[in-house]
Amino acid sequence: MENIILEMRGITKTFPGVKALDSVNLKVREGEIHALVGENGAGKSTLMKVLSGVYPFGSYDGDILFNGETVAFSGITDSEEKGIIIIHQELALVPLLSIAENLFLGNENVENGVINWPKTYARTQTLLEMVGLKESPSTLLGQLGVGKQQLVEIAKALAKDVKLLILDEPTSALQENDSAKLLDLLLEFKAQGISSILITHKLNEISRVADSITVIRDGASVSTLDCHAQSISEEDIIRDMVGRDMANRYPQRESHLGKILMEVSSWNVWHPEALDRQMIHDIAFNVRAGEIVGIAGLMGSGRTELAMSLFGQSYGKNIQGEVRLRGESADLSSVPKAIKSGLAYVTEDRKELGLILEETIQINTTLANLDRVSSRGVINENIERQVSEDYRQALNIRTPSVFQKVMNLSGGNQQKVVLSKWLYSQPDVLILDEPTRGIDVGAKFEIYNIINQLADDGKGVVMISSEMPELLGMCDRIYVMNEGRFVGELDQADASQEKIMSMIVKA
Amino acid sequence: MATTKETTSTVQSAPSVTHYLKTHVRDYGMLIALVVIMGMFEFLTDGTLMRPVNLTNLFLQNSYIIIMAIGMLLVIVAGHIDLSVGSVAGFIGALAAVMSVNYDLPTILVVPVCLVVGLIIGGLQGYWIAYWKIPAFIVTLAGMLVFRGLTLALLEGQSVGPFPKSFQLLSTGFIPDVFGVGRPNVTALVLGVLAASAIVFLAARSRAQSLKYGIQDEPFSFFLVKNALIAAAIIYLSYLLSTYRGLPNVLITMAVLIAIYTFITNSTTIGRRIYALGGNVKAAKLSGINTERLTFLTFANMGMLAALAGLIFAARLNTATPKAGFAFELDVIAAVFIGGASMTGGVGKVIGAVIGAFIMGVMNNGMSILGIGIDWQQVIKGLVLLAAVVFDVYNKQKAR
Ligand SMILES: Nc1ncnc2c1ncn2[C@@H]1O[C@H](COP(=O)(O)OP(=O)(O)OP(=O)(O)O)[C@@H](O)[C@H]1O
Ligand SMILES: [Mg+2]
Repeated sequence: MENIILEMRGITKTFPGVKALDSVNLKVREGEIHALVGENGAGKSTLMKVLSGVYPFGSYDGDILFNGETVAFSGITDSEEKGIIIIHQELALVPLLSIAENLFLGNENVENGVINWPKTYARTQTLLEMVGLKESPSTLLGQLGVGKQQLVEIAKALAKDVKLLILDEPTSALQENDSAKLLDLLLEFKAQGISSILITHKLNEISRVADSITVIRDGASVSTLDCHAQSISEEDIIRDMVGRDMANRYPQRESHLGKILMEVSSWNVWHPEALDRQMIHDIAFNVRAGEIVGIAGLMGSGRTELAMSLFGQSYGKNIQGEVRLRGESADLSSVPKAIKSGLAYVTEDRKELGLILEETIQINTTLANLDRVSSRGVINENIERQVSEDYRQALNIRTPSVFQKVMNLSGGNQQKVVLSKWLYSQPDVLILDEPTRGIDVGAKFEIYNIINQLADDGKGVVMISSEMPELLGMCDRIYVMNEGRFVGELDQADASQEKIMSMIVKA
Repeated sequence: MATTKETTSTVQSAPSVTHYLKTHVRDYGMLIALVVIMGMFEFLTDGTLMRPVNLTNLFLQNSYIIIMAIGMLLVIVAGHIDLSVGSVAGFIGALAAVMSVNYDLPTILVVPVCLVVGLIIGGLQGYWIAYWKIPAFIVTLAGMLVFRGLTLALLEGQSVGPFPKSFQLLSTGFIPDVFGVGRPNVTALVLGVLAASAIVFLAARSRAQSLKYGIQDEPFSFFLVKNALIAAAIIYLSYLLSTYRGLPNVLITMAVLIAIYTFITNSTTIGRRIYALGGNVKAAKLSGINTERLTFLTFANMGMLAALAGLIFAARLNTATPKAGFAFELDVIAAVFIGGASMTGGVGKVIGAVIGAFIMGVMNNGMSILGIGIDWQQVIKGLVLLAAVVFDVYNKQKAR
């Protein structure tokens, strides 16, 4: 029998009105990669917060044994001292500090009370190389996209003396090849004897790296699977996660294409600060009624910048080009105008740009279309409540009521609230930026159904996604984007992952 | 799906009073604190605090702080701060004095002109903050200096007064007894009973509605006791006031303002959007909210309320002095934070700010009656502010 590095026994954690964990058990062997899976809101993040002392000893029931001894952490510093490092689902970095400063925040390279900068930069350089991030250590963190920030988080964990590394959905914001690099990294750690717990909704990653799997459903651990003792298919995991079989990952749809709804031509955008840097070059594309159009591309290829510059010029300066909606030239110069013209944009960064975290589900749901639940400027709260309740049920947002603060929802459920908000704005063209980031397989299927429904209703959908299988499974047409340009266009029939990649590489 | 339903029902089937109170301490904590503080001073001052004369004074003394606290609440919820309100109030008082005393202009003209000037002052400051993105702290700090200086200039360093009778009514006037009894003032009693019934009626209606949608977690017994107490308190206060000179005009002004702004913050799209803006500007902007215009309006509104407060204060003193409004902003801001607003914006209630202002007011008044010097009054007020915010933060952390 190998060493058990971590054992969590009968962990129970309740929040006012919600039992998030109900005597959950978890056993991690030394030097293994242990996958923790479950639907959105199942309690994975909560369990890890209990483990790392974010929820201190005493605020939960149950025991935690680390290396055989019972531990009682009263804060995250206690657990870090033991070598338990957690990388949270929601990033925790300081945007105005440089990468190097972020990496060693609270863990500075100090000599006689003074920070040794050359050493800090040198170490940062090696750590960045380890995680495969090509940025200068002095780059401000805020200038990086979410994906790159995630890599910085991982590098930050490496800067400490880590025995058990917990990664809460580390790859949800990453490109496939970057995810692969990260998983290789985990395998490397494993070779060095570092154990890790990996939370992910991407099941293919699990079959690639995991040694064992614990499945959590509705706050209880339902099974632990040993990947070496038995052969485990993704279907097996899904069955345990959702409690039923799922035949298809992508719902079938027969597309009925109508007239062109939105047509963008010679769209050019410059960087908001560095005014001589052109971010979007001469892009042209169109979306038909009833069509789902995908935009594929690598991280940093400018997809989000394109979407946000279209949506009320929320990104960039000196924007030039024309947008025609239903054949007529449209004025999209501000967000209210864009919304009025029938555009909606579901952001990839829900926490920063999508939600008012301190407010309830109800308030977030109607925010982009308050006029629809009010007359003469007075909100009818009953209608509002009904509307948000309807979306809660339609999208299956796991929470007791629409009065729950969005802050208290699990990541995936937060994403559904953002979706609700934009569905309720009743757009003609919906731009979705990574709409299923951090969402479990079952919920993904539900969201795909909603997207399909929108298309069936004659709306146009633009879908930006880093998950190529998702684009291939959902879209009628896919544009391929690279470095601010569209470098190709593929119909569903002849699109494939290889073709997309080769277009990107050739460009 | 099934599990979601289950949790929903377990939450709602057991609304025990203690559990409810525990999860809502933040909502009721300051009200309870106010009652406790009043009880304490009532005891310490041998009943002087609640004597009709003193009670009337209490309202008159604090009306301008309360009026400004309402505006400040919106500013703070929007994620800003306004340091200039004291100076603006003083400046408007001076302006009113110059207009009424030096130029003999009629009150009916002076009051609206002053309010508009306040609106413009607030708008000017809001313009820099909203459209130029200059931090409110800096813009209003500048405003504080500018209007303090302008007050001095306008009054030429002298006090100007007295005001004509019609102007004094703004503060020292009372609602006459239409029933002709005089003492007790029956109008005051009737209005008190009406206000109490309106509050109970509205509470019952909103409860019935939320029951219909199955989302009521307030236990019925709690609801009953709470509303009975509130109604009783209002009627009792109006009875006390009726045995003196009845309801002061400012009390009515205040009550109307509180009602209007409570409605705006709770039920209108503008109110909702201000909270959204304070909660997360970027997300609000991307949701199609015109954040700049809202910020601008919030400050314009603050300027107008500061002007109103300035008028009432001048009317109460019956002269405009160069020092009028000095350091008011501190009491106002303290009241809003005692009332539970958050420094980072997005959180806070009108009624909380009003309660916060009353807590400050009762302490000022009570300590003055007790003969505690201004030095120790400051110390105690400072500690109370700190304690209130610590209480808030503590509760927030416990809720995790
Ligand atoms: N502070 C809180 N207050 C109230 N409820 C909470 C709080 N934090 C989490 N919850 C609830 O606990 C449950 C578990 O949440 P958790 O974040 O652990 O889910 P998760 O498994 O990580 O989901 P996801 O895959 O979406 O990230 C959810 O129902 C969530 O709404
Ligand atoms: Mg999670």
